[in-house]
Amino acid sequence: MAASSKTSAGTRTKSASSRSRSAARNAAPAIIEFDKDQELHAYREMLLIRRFEEKAGQLYGMGLIGGFCHLYIGQEAVVIGMQMAKVDGDQMITAYRDHGHMLAMGLDPKGVMAELTGRRGGLSKGKGGSMHMFSKEKDFYGGHGIVGAQVSLGTGLGFANKYRENGNVSMTFFGDGASNQGQVYESFNMAELWKLPVIYVIENNKYGMGTSVERSSSMTDLSQRGASFGIPGEKVDGMDVRAVMAASQKALEWCREGKGPYILEMVTYRYRGHSMSDPAKYRSKDEVQKMRTEHDPIEQVRKRLLDNKWATEDELKGIDKDVRAAVAESAEFAQTDPEPDPSELYTDILL
Amino acid sequence: MPIDILMPALSPTMEEGKLAKWLKAEGDTVSAGDVIAEIETDKATMEVEAVDEGTLGKILIAEGTDAVKVNEKIAILLGEGEDASALDGASSSEPAEAPSAPAEAKSEPTPVAAAPTPQAPAPESAEDPEVPEGTAMKSSTVREALRDAMAEEMRRDGDVFVMGEEVAEYQGAYKITQGLLDEFGAKRVVDTPITEHGFAGLGVGAAMAGLMPIVEFMTFNFAMQAIDQIINSAAKTLYMSGGQMGAPIVFRGPNGAAARVGAQHSQDYASWYAHVPGLKVIQPYSAADAKGLLKAAIRDPNPVIFLENEILYGHSFEIPDMDDFVLPIGKAKIERAGTDITLVSWGIGMTYTLKAAEELAGMGISAEVINLRTIRPLDIDTVLASVRKTGRVVTIEEAFPMCSVSSEIAYQVQEQAFDYLDAPILRVTGKDVPMPYAANLEKLALPNVQEVIDAAKAVTYTS
Repeated sequence: MAASSKTSAGTRTKSASSRSRSAARNAAPAIIEFDKDQELHAYREMLLIRRFEEKAGQLYGMGLIGGFCHLYIGQEAVVIGMQMAKVDGDQMITAYRDHGHMLAMGLDPKGVMAELTGRRGGLSKGKGGSMHMFSKEKDFYGGHGIVGAQVSLGTGLGFANKYRENGNVSMTFFGDGASNQGQVYESFNMAELWKLPVIYVIENNKYGMGTSVERSSSMTDLSQRGASFGIPGEKVDGMDVRAVMAASQKALEWCREGKGPYILEMVTYRYRGHSMSDPAKYRSKDEVQKMRTEHDPIEQVRKRLLDNKWATEDELKGIDKDVRAAVAESAEFAQTDPEPDPSELYTDILL
Repeated sequence: MPIDILMPALSPTMEEGKLAKWLKAEGDTVSAGDVIAEIETDKATMEVEAVDEGTLGKILIAEGTDAVKVNEKIAILLGEGEDASALDGASSSEPAEAPSAPAEAKSEPTPVAAAPTPQAPAPESAEDPEVPEGTAMKSSTVREALRDAMAEEMRRDGDVFVMGEEVAEYQGAYKITQGLLDEFGAKRVVDTPITEHGFAGLGVGAAMAGLMPIVEFMTFNFAMQAIDQIINSAAKTLYMSGGQMGAPIVFRGPNGAAARVGAQHSQDYASWYAHVPGLKVIQPYSAADAKGLLKAAIRDPNPVIFLENEILYGHSFEIPDMDDFVLPIGKAKIERAGTDITLVSWGIGMTYTLKAAEELAGMGISAEVINLRTIRPLDIDTVLASVRKTGRVVTIEEAFPMCSVSSEIAYQVQEQAFDYLDAPILRVTGKDVPMPYAANLEKLALPNVQEVIDAAKAVTYTS
């Protein structure tokens, strides 16, 4: 890994500039203006994910979280914009960068954090870990560790929705890396063939681990990956929660009308490495810094709240304080909750 | 309160690292997310980001220091409104013990961790259902039995549906789903594209949402395309979700050798799937097995691998003519009682075994024949009870010998009935070669009745 990161350094500047151009060109035209409540909701929810993930990174650094830990920092607007567009009963399913999705689906941060530390109060009783968490109650179907597998599974959720005629939509998330897996296209084919209510949300954060989209994909406009199946697709500014919500509403409506699946390519960015053990040498500090200062999803909302005088600095600080308290509580629980009872070793294998 | 900044672990295996460089100096303001230092691990140089906001009050470990242990205090951060005086007494430059629970949490996680290693629960096994006296028997092929099982379960529960290649309009590549489309319609009898990986995953997703799919593979050889979804998604989700959701799904289709279809279409996957916790694996022999166990598999809330055999599809057997004939999963059947030797088989292996038992009887050797029916959970108790009586065991299957179901039976028998054995356990299996096409070679590659007789004679020391 270290060797390959050195060799890619020379191409960094060029690809970075072409990326930022394409991001600007592809900014979705459709943005719905948020009212005060929506802005405040988006701010709080995205901040919760950000603070939660920062804390998770810290606990990982302290050795409290083991194995792999993939943080969602930078991509918060994608799940929150979709959360704001969905209705109860719509499902989410994603891969291993899943903490943000769970918080967006309303799961208790304590249960998520305690799963990260492998404790009995974790969402999966400590038996799943960062990459494998589920909540039937909140319609969150995981949390999957095999790149691309969740795409077929999410298509199955859509199949069940159609079978039951319940009007719900499966929001199936995957990354730019997974978009090259074969089963994604097997799933696209069946979803369109059978008009299944599935939104394929491609979270294009520009790198599949350390390999940029340009280096891995013959066609980099991922929104058009459904073209040969007749699935409409749209590129969305995934750093702008309003754009995400607008596109999601449109896609959800499409699915609910029985028109079949829809692809949303969310152009986004992860600030941290692929996982906690990724030094991220395949991109420049400037590239990361530029995204953070110019496109940060939370800062955008914060600025609008202040500009519109919908909140004062003090009020926003108050929200931050509340969020920090909730995250601190989750971290406290995740450290004091006991590990699973040894008898749990042999439970939940078969019903 | 000043906040301690600790040496972070930056990989799953890191225990110590070099503090390569400080990017902030004492007195600098730090915001959450700022890179404050660089650390070299054995794999890479990593950046350390601040989690909290404040002013870097004191650096405790100078840059360039090697072998800094994870969780050692490396600096102190002053919070809002705190000045350097807050450092007094809060720190010394000696590496302090980790201040809070975290570091210790790893070494001695909880009191319960010291408890004795838990034991795996013994599988429960039910008895075969009582067939009421006077129940008529009717003749049925395995093919008809499988279809009837699916049709009955689809009538019983609207959440049961069948999907696969050519299952609907073509009426099944092997005609197992014949008539189902007419009765249940295209919504519940779903023709899929040739896309095993995709439709297996789609089926598991539908099962996670609560439907009860029957996924037909045209043959289990093609399920190799889908094995990730079967194992990583279907078998493991219940465990990984802490019991919240699993996959009530049946994967079924012909498995093993047919006739003259060559290496890629002739493999028995019983031991592959039997290896995996979270799956049940059934390999029926007779039409009664097929019907009773497929109905049980469809009702079972777990993922079930149902391994049929193309050659057996056309074989006819007697089935009790009952409204709802369901057999217990995990229960072997003694097909023929005997006293001198135990022959254990399943699926098509039973055809060789029963013929051999008949011939052995003519030689004065009384063979007890056990039809396992289910591979996982394995009904070893029925095998052991027989072995304790006969003292000799031969297993018969068509699969490759290495790491086979036979290997597992032999292991468990020697472990639990070693003192009862009067001879080594022998196995009759397919040969350790890819299935050849040539008729003579194919015949050599498969087991045959004579091999079973020879093995039986060997362990009974009969010439």
